Amino acid sequence: MKQRLPVIICFLAGAIMFLQYFSPHPVARSVYSAILDYWQIIFAFTLLVGVAAYVKSNLKQISRGQDIPYRLVAIAGIILMPILAIIGGIKIDSPFLWVFENVIAPMQATVFSLLAFFVASASFRGFRARNLQASILLGTALIVLVGRVPIADMISEYFPKLTFWIQNYPSMSARRAILIGIGLGSMTTAFRVILGIERTYLKGE
Amino acid sequence: MDIGIIIAGILTLAIFTFLYRDNPIYRLVEHLLIGLSIGYALVIYWQTTLVDILFRPLFTGGKPVLLIPLVLGLLMFSRFNSRLSWLSRIPIAFMIGAGAGVAIPAMLYARTLKQVSASVMPLIDDGGFHIEALVVALGLLSTLAYFYFSREHEGLMGKAARLGTYFLMVFFGATFAYTVMSRMSTFIGRIDFLLTDFLRLIG
Repeated sequence: MKQRLPVIICFLAGAIMFLQYFSPHPVARSVYSAILDYWQIIFAFTLLVGVAAYVKSNLKQISRGQDIPYRLVAIAGIILMPILAIIGGIKIDSPFLWVFENVIAPMQATVFSLLAFFVASASFRGFRARNLQASILLGTALIVLVGRVPIADMISEYFPKLTFWIQNYPSMSARRAILIGIGLGSMTTAFRVILGIERTYLKGE
Repeated sequence: MDIGIIIAGILTLAIFTFLYRDNPIYRLVEHLLIGLSIGYALVIYWQTTLVDILFRPLFTGGKPVLLIPLVLGLLMFSRFNSRLSWLSRIPIAFMIGAGAGVAIPAMLYARTLKQVSASVMPLIDDGGFHIEALVVALGLLSTLAYFYFSREHEGLMGKAARLGTYFLMVFFGATFAYTVMSRMSTFIGRIDFLLTDFLRLIG
């Protein structure tokens, strides 16, 4: 029961969603739309479970006396946003969106920009032209790096063109091969999941 | 000066303190960001999904069929009870099954057939001979050969796989450079904000 019921539900949901693709019938379309809505609703509940688990874990750490100020700030952040939404709604010019625009967005952009330093320092330590493959990687990276800034035009008018060519032909061909591999792999895994061969999602409670 | 710019500027500087080393100021704003982002996502999902798609049609739109996803969603909370936690497998199975069913045709179309058709370019046409078509075909086939593990990489297959690694290196190099440039662009944007809007040293 604990194993079989989820496998049966997985098979039915997967088979319906797969088969509806081949039918333009209005019933198939409405079933597809309904299941997508159900999927979104359950996903929202999983988010609630995740938030509850995160708050529970933070409260546990606070009760143990670990990182109390940080944990309190995190919980305060979680509580503040729903309170602002209840008070002023989530429309334009609401306090909720004000916090998003003036607090969340700048912080997210700054954290994202921090990675520039770590990527640069890691590449400085890691990039060594030890063999042909490493030299190709290093050479391509340098060409594309220089080719995408205004100085490239000053070096040669062909520099940006070379960058464009590298990105659109040799690089793109390898990217497409990777995407094809991902596509075939995803399809195989999806079939294995629907048929109940792949059951790793049933592990852990 | 706008209070929003002052707060954004102080928070931006607080995050940049991490460039020196991990410190309490950075950790505090890091936790603030995590908390606010979770709170933001919570409100957005509550409003756009649970209220708009579930509660309103269920309680005021007369759609009792929506009790199914409501019950499935509530079953997720069984994870907090060790005796009943197996019940959470039911909504997980539904989500994974439905996702897998949708993924098969989508992956076949977007990730496989579309990529193959985009790679087939005319080698010779009115414009003359196109070396790019040959490069793309060679790159695609040799990279696929590298990822084909059902046969030993020996002889012609080995040479093709080796050529594939060169194309992969070009891809990794170009992708790395592109990533660095995008992060640098964001960094320049933040510095521009600090110098222009927050400190008003420029402009």
